[in-house]
Formats: sequence, structure tokens, C-alpha cells
Amino acid sequence: MKNLYELAVIFFRIGCFMFGGGSAMLPLLQEELVTKRHWLSEEKIMDYYSLSQSTPGIIAVNVATFTGYDRAGLTGAVVATFALITAPFIIILSLANILALYMSNPYVAKAFEGIRIVVVPLIAEAVCRLWPSAVKSKWDVLSFAVALGLAVAGVSVIMIMGLFCLIGLARGWKRGWK
Amino acid sequence: MIYLTLFWEFFKIGLLAIGGGLVTIPFLYDLTAQYPWFTSQELTDMIAVSESTPGPIGVNMATFAGFRAAGIGGGFIATLGLLTPSLIIIVLLARYLKSHSDSLVFATLLNAVRPVALALICSGGVFIGRSIVTDWTIGALAMGAFVVIHFWRISPIIYICLGLIGGLLFA
Repeated sequence: MKNLYELAVIFFRIGCFMFGGGSAMLPLLQEELVTKRHWLSEEKIMDYYSLSQSTPGIIAVNVATFTGYDRAGLTGAVVATFALITAPFIIILSLANILALYMSNPYVAKAFEGIRIVVVPLIAEAVCRLWPSAVKSKWDVLSFAVALGLAVAGVSVIMIMGLFCLIGLARGWKRGWK
Repeated sequence: MIYLTLFWEFFKIGLLAIGGGLVTIPFLYDLTAQYPWFTSQELTDMIAVSESTPGPIGVNMATFAGFRAAGIGGGFIATLGLLTPSLIIIVLLARYLKSHSDSLVFATLLNAVRPVALALICSGGVFIGRSIVTDWTIGALAMGAFVVIHFWRISPIIYICLGLIGGLLFA
């Protein structure tokens, strides 16, 4: 029960501060789950991100589902998932009728310009921290560079993931699955 | 009836959208052609709103469309529809992983995908960066922030709040 309560609090808090989608959630997740609570290793987080990007659904939500399941099974998965979207859900409901008003407010624009300037280096720092868990060989460096180039050029995530899964399988098969 | 339609339409999006929030946008544009829930102009506004509120755009859009179509209950049902497929798939996958953690094929795949996943996270940063770093001052500010964040590890929430205050004061 305490476990579920903690999951709910953590993911509700992440939901409140998650500006900019799945990538922007990563620094918050590392802080709560790796640094503060030692629930997961950087490797585990990296694996959850890899799987979340290759399965259907919203990446940030998928990461929450994985983590919740890891901590407390099916109930944990449901609790973490819904806790994450509680704050965005309430915020959108309250803004739904005043969208235009909200968007044209100069203070909102200013505040979010400031937030985005911070979110970019936060993501960069998160990538630095995960680098050793994800990139372990020269081949991995090459994969990273090519995938980044393709993504920035606008190739869809599903194409990029599919391509590298096929390459990975081909290489595994060539080495006889050792 | 409207609840059922909402649930089903967003269930399909949740099932088909692989690769995160931005992937949901073309599916959402398709909805504007079929239903009177929201216009394509409102969808464009919503993309902007999602950059200025916490939360993934797919979830935000489901909540918004559902609310427009059938009030708060509609918002809840549409969001639920969006989340249901991935919830089922991931719980099944996580369960499978627990019992097959020594599968060589799976380990090989995961090893191949990890650097790619990191690159995709990185590209998320690049996309946000491209939209804000419009001159040297902002670029320098972001670089400076990176140095501070790298060497002074406090909660990202504090940095986000600092960014918000800084934006209000100086932007």
C-alpha cells in the first residue's frame, strides 16, 4: 500500500513538471527513481525507454507503466500511469474553454520561453548520464550518430526503430547468438 | 453512444501511434475530417498549448477532444481509450520479460536498440532547442545552464521553476 502511494505521488509530481513530452520526462525520472530512491539503475531506465519507444502509445506514459509494473505489478502499472496524467488532465480541462485567451497571454509565453531554455540542457544532461548504459562500443556510437541524424532529418521513429532492430538481428544471427 | 465512439477512436490512436506524441498528430487531423469534436485550427492551437502546459500532446488532445464532444466524462473516456492499448501491451511485455530475461535474441535486440533510443531522446532535445535558440544570447544562456546543471546536481524541478521565473523577468 505504501508502495502504491509512493508511486502515485512520484508520478503525479512528474506529471506536473513534464514540459515537452517524453524526452523532457527523463531528467525528472532519473532524479526521482535513480538519485533519490535507488529504485532503478540507469541501465534499467535506459531499457524502459528503449522498450517504450518501440511499443505503441505515448512514450512518457509507457515508461510510467513499466516502472509501476516493476515496483508493484499490475496495480502499480495502473496507478503510475493514471498518476502521471492526472495533472495534465486537470490542466487541459480547465483551459479547454479559454485556450485562445491562455495562448495570447504574454506572461504565459514568457514563462514558457524560460522553461524551454532550461529543458534543453536538462535533456542534454540526462543523455550524458545515460550514455555509459546505452553506448558501449564503437558500433553503438555509430548507431547513435546515424539514428540521431535520421531523427533530426524527420524520419519517423517507427522506421528508425525497425531499421535498427533488423540490423541488430542480422548481426546477432551472423555471430551465432553469442 | 458518444462515449463508445470516443473510446474507440482514441483506442485506435493509442494502438497505432508508435514513437510518441508527435506521431499522434496525423491521426488527430484525420479525426477532424470525420467528427465535429474539434477543428484543425483548434488542433494547431492545441499543439502550441501542449508546449506550454505539462503533459504529452497525445494525452492533452484526447482530454480536449473528449471534453469538447461530451464534457468532463467525455474527456475522461477519450483519455482512457488512448491509454488502454499501451497499458495492456506493456503489462504483458513486462510480465514476459520477467520470465524470459535470459532470452539471447531479446538481449541482442535490446543492445541494438539502446543507442537508438538514446539518440531519439537526444533528438527530442534538438527539436525543442531548434524552436527556442534563435540567437547567440539564448544559445549562450542554454550552454551556461548546461554547465550549471552538469556540475550542480539538484532537482530538475528547481531548475524548471528557475527557468519559469527567469522567463517572466527577462524574456
